Amino acid sequence: MTIKFEDLEVGAAIGSLEFLLTRDSLVRYAGASGDFNQIHYRDDVAAEVGLPGVLAHGMLTMGAAVQVAVNWVGDSGRIADYQVRFTKPVVVHPQDGAVLVVSGKIGALNAEERTARVDISAIFNETAVLGKAQAVVRF
Amino acid sequence: MVNPNVQGKQYPATAPYLVGREKIREFAHAVKSTSATNLDLFAAQAAGYEDLVAPPTFAVVIQERSLAAVLADPEADIDFSRVVHGDQRFSYVRPIVAGDELTSVLTVASVKSLGAHSMVTFETKIFDVEQNLVCTAMSTLVVRGDE
Repeated sequence: MTIKFEDLEVGAAIGSLEFLLTRDSLVRYAGASGDFNQIHYRDDVAAEVGLPGVLAHGMLTMGAAVQVAVNWVGDSGRIADYQVRFTKPVVVHPQDGAVLVVSGKIGALNAEERTARVDISAIFNETAVLGKAQAVVRF
Repeated sequence: MVNPNVQGKQYPATAPYLVGREKIREFAHAVKSTSATNLDLFAAQAAGYEDLVAPPTFAVVIQERSLAAVLADPEADIDFSRVVHGDQRFSYVRPIVAGDELTSVLTVASVKSLGAHSMVTFETKIFDVEQNLVCTAMSTLVVRGDE
């Protein structure tokens, strides 16, 4: 199923995804990315610096959230631009992890460049954790 | 406080980073990608790429390498234990694919103070082996001051 640029409409929903981020996810992301900041795997260090608990890497949240746009077009190589603001931390419980709910809708269309801007929402604990999360998709 | 005089400072290009196929798969699994062009060589080639495509946030791996030089720079005076990631952006000229050999050049785009806190924005330009721009990464770190 190929999506045609001509069929796109601003405001249309493109899909949603749910991710369970566990402590294992954080360890895996630390290894893959090289970000070994201890606040992402040590409760004692997180507490020492005044955090409510071990936090997910912001870049893990950013990387998982864009998958809603990637799955929609079927090829991550078509994401030309992607930006987010980190507005709230994602606290990852040692047993239960954290559930991240991601959804996307078309925020803008650029007919000249044949790009669509996907506005992404990422919710943890009923709170948006990313602000101005926008992925520009090439058509 | 971050030294405001480092605004505009450019750091030397990082050593070339060879993007490996398995590294892309490892990173893709870590960001919970199930995208075929990240994981399946035949799917990537069928989509017109030479090799596996890196996920959209993969450029952070290259950005980290140039940031390390700033964090180690006594002139910049950034206390990493007080750093919070404020925002992040990747603008691609073309996707990163396995086999790319990438270098990066980081410039301190701005240093602003916000009460006791500092906000530092870095621009990392990522180039391929032919010196063509592949991606520009913009990252803002908030460095918490004394409360």
